[in-house]
Amino acid sequence: MKQKTTSKTTYHIPVGPIHPALKEPVFFEFELDGEKIVDVDVKLGHVHRAVEWASRKRNPIQILYLAERICGICSYCHPAAFGLAIEDAAGIEAPERAEYLRVIQGELERICSHLLWAGVAAHEIGFDTVLYLTWQVREKALDLTEYLTGNRVTKGIFMIGGIRRDITKDMIPRIQKDLKYFKDIFGKLKKVFLDDKTVKLRSQGAGILTYDNALKLCAVGPTTRASGVKKDVRVDTSYFAYGDLDIDYITPDVLTGEVNGDVYDRIIQRLLEVKQSIDLIEQCIDKMPSGDIVAEPKLAKLLSQLKKVEGEGIGVHEAPRGEVYHYIKMDGNEAPFTWKVRAPTYNNILPWIPMLLGEQIADIPIVAASTDPCMSCTNRVGIVKDGNKYELSKEELHKLSVEKTRRLMK
Amino acid sequence: MAKEKLLTPEELVKSFKDEFKTKIIDAKIKERAAGKKKNVTKSIWMKVNPSVFKDVVKHLIKLQFPHLAVASGNDLGKTIEIIYHFTVNFGTRMKVINLCISVEVPKTKPELETISDIIPGALITEREKAEMLGVKIKGIPDDRRCFVPEDFPEGVYPWRRDKTGPEKYYKNLHEVKK
Repeated sequence: MKQKTTSKTTYHIPVGPIHPALKEPVFFEFELDGEKIVDVDVKLGHVHRAVEWASRKRNPIQILYLAERICGICSYCHPAAFGLAIEDAAGIEAPERAEYLRVIQGELERICSHLLWAGVAAHEIGFDTVLYLTWQVREKALDLTEYLTGNRVTKGIFMIGGIRRDITKDMIPRIQKDLKYFKDIFGKLKKVFLDDKTVKLRSQGAGILTYDNALKLCAVGPTTRASGVKKDVRVDTSYFAYGDLDIDYITPDVLTGEVNGDVYDRIIQRLLEVKQSIDLIEQCIDKMPSGDIVAEPKLAKLLSQLKKVEGEGIGVHEAPRGEVYHYIKMDGNEAPFTWKVRAPTYNNILPWIPMLLGEQIADIPIVAASTDPCMSCTNRVGIVKDGNKYELSKEELHKLSVEKTRRLMK
Repeated sequence: MAKEKLLTPEELVKSFKDEFKTKIIDAKIKERAAGKKKNVTKSIWMKVNPSVFKDVVKHLIKLQFPHLAVASGNDLGKTIEIIYHFTVNFGTRMKVINLCISVEVPKTKPELETISDIIPGALITEREKAEMLGVKIKGIPDDRRCFVPEDFPEGVYPWRRDKTGPEKYYKNLHEVKK
C-alpha cells in the first residue's frame, strides 16, 4: 500500500480489504481531518477469481452455471445477461412464453435482493429489529423462489434460448397469495423506513451523489436513479418481455417531489422498486401467452449449433443493483474466444468517492452500503496513526455507527 | 438524456462518417426483437482508426453525453482490440442504442489515449485494460493496478494469448509457489 503524504492536521485510516458494510473484500483508504473524510482511495481485486478466463475451457451451457456462481444474491442476472449475449451472437430467439417467465424470475430476484439490502441497511444504523422484520418478508420471497425453481439461491433456471421450468396454472394461486402478502406488508415496511425520525436523521443529507456526478461517473441501477438519472435497462430497451409491459422510470421524486441523491433517496428508490416488481409479476401472469418455454430442448443439438457461431454479441439486463453487461466473442470453437462480465458494482465504485467526501467515520458503513455493493467477505479494519498501527474491527466500526444513531435519538 | 435530442442509429453513423470519413473503418447496425410485440433494440458496431478514437468520443459527447458501460478487449494475435461499450438515448422508453466502438492497436506499440478526462467513469475500466492486456493508456491520471495483485510479475498480462500471457503461471503452479 502506498501511503500518501499527510498534512499535519490530517491522518489516514485504511478500511478493509474487509468491507465495513457488507462483509465483502474491498480496500478503502481514507484521509481524515478530525472526524471528517477529506480524501478516499479505493482498491479492488481481492476476490478476483478469473471467472472470465475459466470460461475458455467451457462450452456455453457449462458457462451458464459458472455465471450463476459469480454472485450469490443475483444468481439469475449473470446467466441471463450471458444468455442474452450468446443469443445475440447466434441469432437465437426465445419463445414468447419464455420471455414472460424470464421477467417473473428476474423481478422475484429483485424483490429478494432489495429486501435483503433494506435489512442490512437497518442493521448498519443499529435497528436490528427492522433487519429481522425485512428478512422475515424476504424469507417468503425465497420460499416462493424455491416453489417456482426448486432452489432458494442458485436456481439454475436460465437456458440459452428459453427457460428451464414452466409456471403451470395450478401454481398461479400460490404466487398470487404471496404477492398479496408482499403488497399488504409493503405499507408497514414503508412506514418503518420512511417515516421514522431516526432513520431520517441518519440518512437524509448523508452520502449525496449529485445528478452530474452520477452521469459522469457512469453509475448504474438504483444508485443512479436515486440521483435522478433516468436509466433503467428494462425501460430503455426491449428485451425479454419488458417491451410489452407497462413500465416507467422510477426516481425518488415520484414519492417526495424532489431528488436529493442521498441515502434516504436510495432507500425510497429500492422500496418503490419492490412495489414495481410486484406489479410487473402480476402483469406477466395476466399477459403470459401459452407455448413452448425453450427454443431448442435438445442440448446436444443446441451445442452443435453454438459451436458454429462466429461473431460477437452483447447482453444487457437490469439486475437488482443495476445494469449488468456481458460481451461475448465466438470464433467457431466449443468455448467462447472472449467473455467479458461487467457487474453493476464495477460502475458504482467511483461514485463512492464523492458520496463519502465530507462525511464522518460513523457514516462509512451506511454510505458504503447504500449502493448495495456486491464483492465478497471480511472482518478487520486497521488504523495507521503516527506510524503506529491500531486495529479496528468491523464490530467496533459497527458500534461507532450504532452509537451515532443513539446520540441522534437523544 | 431526455433533454437532449434523440438520435437514430442511422443519424449517428452518418454523423460519424461525415466527420471522420475513411477513419471509420466499418459500421454496422444490428437489430434484435423481443417479446410478443416484437419491439426492437438496436446496436451499432463501429470500428475506428486508433488515431481518431478520442475525437470520436469527443464528437459523441457533443451530440449527447453517453453512458460508458465497460470496455472489453481481445488479443487478436498481431493486434489488440479494445471495444468501448457505450449506451446513448437512455431516459426514453425503448430508444436506447448500444454503441460499441472498437479500436485495434498493434502489439508492437500498444498505446491508446485515455478518455477518463472527458468521461471520468472510464477510469476503472481503463486501468483494467492496462493491467490485463498490457495496453498503455496515455495520460491516465491513475496508472496503478486495479484487480491484479501487487506481487503479480511485471510484463505478464492475463488476457494475452502469447508468451506474455499467464500460461506458465497456471501450468506450473508448484514452481510459482517457491
